[in-house]
Amino acid sequence: MAELLRTHPLQAWHAAFEQLPETVGIAVEPYVAMVDVRLGTVGAQTSAALGADLPTAPNTWAPAGSGRAVWLGPDEWLLTSTTEAPEELEARVRAAVVPLGGSATDVSAQRIGLRLTGARVRDVLAKGCSVDLHPRVFGRGSSAQTTLGQAGVVLLALSDAGDDVVVLVRSSFAGYLADWLLDAALEFTPTPTS
Amino acid sequence: MQLIACPWCGPREEVEFSYGGQAHVPYPDSPAELSDEQWAHYVFFRDNPKGRFAERWNHSAGCRRWFNAIRDTTTYRFERVYRLDDPKPLATELASSRRSTAP
Repeated sequence: MAELLRTHPLQAWHAAFEQLPETVGIAVEPYVAMVDVRLGTVGAQTSAALGADLPTAPNTWAPAGSGRAVWLGPDEWLLTSTTEAPEELEARVRAAVVPLGGSATDVSAQRIGLRLTGARVRDVLAKGCSVDLHPRVFGRGSSAQTTLGQAGVVLLALSDAGDDVVVLVRSSFAGYLADWLLDAALEFTPTPTS
Repeated sequence: MQLIACPWCGPREEVEFSYGGQAHVPYPDSPAELSDEQWAHYVFFRDNPKGRFAERWNHSAGCRRWFNAIRDTTTYRFERVYRLDDPKPLATELASSRRSTAP
């Protein structure tokens, strides 16, 4: 049987991303394992079992081990890990939350990450997203599930200056969103003069 | 575009939400004993007021949670959003909120 090559959905966009100026840098995040956690009540018991705190405030994320814990709903979180394989992460989280009445499902293949860095990131995102992204309200630790150019995304703020944002987007929408971002960044991209 | 204040996520664009019809329609206590006509009334018949209407909405592009809202069907203004387990706001509470949010 022929061996199937794993390719990234945005492989064809790498060259275009590299030509962007520093003010609107777009980089493709490496694959990370992701697990969707459903859990009714969260407390010290959960933190002890998981080895990380699940954020309970809406629209926030928190570092969790090597990855992140993102609030997706009052009883739903997205846990990521950069060091574990998806099966390992799912098994570990499932063992921790099932005794507490929760569930854990591997969703690693669902989303991929794009990291947007630079002073103009907010202007680019504002072209297709109505959420207030000013650092005063969207500083490090903030997240938002919303639509960006009509594609459903999760935004994670990594800096307090509003110049470092991770966009999690469904793999099948990644090409569309990459095209949309390149178009939105065009205004801030210097064009060569002849 | 109109912003709707999700009780969990805060103000978001209207396109992120989907409509769920009239709120506070109780499931019949003993559905097996209803006549066909009574059952049809429960399943299909809804109020259609001109003015304030208590409705269910779902933040489908965000936290995917259901919530209730009081919306004025003439002005389309959302006067109040509240969680499913909160009681329906009294008309007297709304009267004051209506004045305070008027442009």
